[in-house]
Amino acid sequence: MSKMNGAQSLINALEAAGVDVMFGIPGGAILPAYDPIFDSKIRHILVRHEQGAGHAATGYAQATGRVGVCIATSGPGATNLVTPLADAQMDSVPIVAITGQVPSAAIGTDAFQEADIRGVTMPVTKHNYLITDPADIPRAIAEAFHIASTGRPGAVLVDIAKDALQKETTFNYPKTVSLAGYNPVVEPKQSAVLDAAALIAQSKKPVLYVGGGVIKANAAKELMQLAEITGVPVVTTLMARGAFPDSHKQHLGMPGMHGTVAAVTALQKADLLITLGARFDDRVTGKLSTFAPKAKIIHADIDPAEIGKNRHADVALVGDLKNILRALNPATKAALAKSAPDLTPWLNEVYGWRSKFPLGYDKPSDGSVSPQNVIERIGKISGPDTIFTAGVGQHQMWASQFIGYEKPRTWLNSGGLGTMGYAVPAAMGAKVGAPDTTVWAIDGDGCFQMTNQELVTCAINNIPIKVAVINNESLGMVRQWQTLFYNQRYSNTDLHSKRIPDFKLLAEAMGCVGLRCERPEDVDKTIEAAMEINDRPVVVDFNVHRDAMVWPMVAAGTSNDDITVARSMAPVWDSQEL
Amino acid sequence: MAIHTLAVLVENSPGVLARVASLFSRRGYNIDSLAVGPTENPKVSRMTIVLNLEGHALDQVSAQLFKLVNVIGISEMKDSDSLKREILLVKVANNAANKEIAGKHKAVISDETTTTISIEAVGQSFEIEALLADLKPNEIRELVQSGLVALERGASTLADRTLSTMGTANESDPNSSTADYQN
Repeated sequence: MSKMNGAQSLINALEAAGVDVMFGIPGGAILPAYDPIFDSKIRHILVRHEQGAGHAATGYAQATGRVGVCIATSGPGATNLVTPLADAQMDSVPIVAITGQVPSAAIGTDAFQEADIRGVTMPVTKHNYLITDPADIPRAIAEAFHIASTGRPGAVLVDIAKDALQKETTFNYPKTVSLAGYNPVVEPKQSAVLDAAALIAQSKKPVLYVGGGVIKANAAKELMQLAEITGVPVVTTLMARGAFPDSHKQHLGMPGMHGTVAAVTALQKADLLITLGARFDDRVTGKLSTFAPKAKIIHADIDPAEIGKNRHADVALVGDLKNILRALNPATKAALAKSAPDLTPWLNEVYGWRSKFPLGYDKPSDGSVSPQNVIERIGKISGPDTIFTAGVGQHQMWASQFIGYEKPRTWLNSGGLGTMGYAVPAAMGAKVGAPDTTVWAIDGDGCFQMTNQELVTCAINNIPIKVAVINNESLGMVRQWQTLFYNQRYSNTDLHSKRIPDFKLLAEAMGCVGLRCERPEDVDKTIEAAMEINDRPVVVDFNVHRDAMVWPMVAAGTSNDDITVARSMAPVWDSQEL
Repeated sequence: MAIHTLAVLVENSPGVLARVASLFSRRGYNIDSLAVGPTENPKVSRMTIVLNLEGHALDQVSAQLFKLVNVIGISEMKDSDSLKREILLVKVANNAANKEIAGKHKAVISDETTTTISIEAVGQSFEIEALLADLKPNEIRELVQSGLVALERGASTLADRTLSTMGTANESDPNSSTADYQN
């Protein structure tokens, strides 16, 4: 076996793990690894900030289903990865972060650029490693990729001391990974499958409550089968947009704080929630004690700790969702063949809510551009093959509401952690993973100013993403809450970003095409102009009305029963619906 | 009943105690005591964790704990079917009353000076508590307790159940409160 240093062993291990691209920045402690990267077939994309590397890895992973990889040096390089690691972990995205660490003899001495990144990231990763012996590198890398990509996917960090990268070792990549404490259950219990099928066959008001796990498990096809076998209406959470086509007649839209009236109300009135890869997040349930009060719960998830965490499960299906649905679909079909309840009254009711309370928005009366319209038009013009990413806030909610998603892995956003600044670097990663696909980052002017430096990376590395800055010159969602709950006292939410910076010039300074749209009649042609540019990134500064709000809304901590469709306006129900 | 004792087999790897402590801290679970040490298998350490779970379900705590990659197996140690012991070392004034209390509780006087005695007691929690209750608080100069350790009664071992099935799927039912978590 040939001798090599730990750095070469690391790069060989990453190649053996199937890595084709990684995003990173070199620095002192990781420097030995960058020498063999120079000769590796792995494409390394030099980002401008480590946070960009982390979100790019996440965007790549979300778009492709593969493990995303980012690499950084010790100390500040590593701590800059903390936000993307926490973000990926919260949204169950498989990423592996490689960080350099100070030499093992210096660990614990407060050395230059030393940070205990294993300690720092323990609560925000699925697992992490500190490697001080070069012989451990291949095994740690193999385990990291195994842990990140199996079970409930997540973030794994491998911190490697500089001397471990420099010392001589032999490369021996393990053929299989066996971990005493890690063996995710992937096959559901047959008895639970039968129980679930029986519950479905008894239920008169069922709803399929679909979460991001369906996308992670690549189970959209199997979900479609279950929906069509049962005829049950479907809601898709923020993380599940695209898991079930928006155009499908059974789709009620997104549930939760800014969900559709039909989706929110269907969950509230249901007698059964068929929960697939969703986790009863507070943004979906509203006040938990009043959530879906009459519903029995079937809870299918790869993570046993999600069962019963927020809501008791009447039937727990622990396993990979693809396997679960492959077992549940025929079992349900058989159960329904024996006795199928008439869902017609329920379907009439929920589809009635859908047609009575569709998503909508008012065009600004002052003739300014409507942010919802911009986002809706981008969706229409760019079409359902496009990958969309979003930052966090109003533009994110509108992008979830007003773009029609037809396919999994076309909607990437920061659902759990709510990371402002996610959109641009995630779009970069998605475009690297899917270079032939149009990638639009729908961003806000606040978010954009957190991570736009990665447009330089995109411009230099021929990653032609498109960015729509929905510029309402505010931290819009915070401003919305100030409007609704803080007597219009707009403390520190005015960003002045129609004045400074000039996003068009900023884009051009970063090697992108900069466009601006200030009039409603220019929206379509500006989007079409952006669609024509494929040799460079393009940024469109959409100057939009600043007082537009996201509706419907369930205020934080209140019951989903108190959904409002506009300010202080509850849905007007027909009396028999209440 | 909010007090539960868990026996947890963990890989003997760096940082494992921090991982467990960090998990309990960030999820708001209260630890009454935690004792950890090596086992018959040099690759495995065993923790005995006494938890005060007001407001948290034991199943949820076990499931979260089991998600840690280094946690190999978990079993609840119930009073009815396990041996539970703690060690108390307490330094008190050297006088006849204190010696009598030690004798009454079958505790050993392990160190003696002209002014102090150090009493060593091993027993179940209620026995330790009874001894402490008899000692006058203002006479206790210093005390240290080991935290509880627990071992299942009978021939069965957690290690057998856990390590013999290493590498196979976890069959435990996450909705069952009596389930062991093991790989």
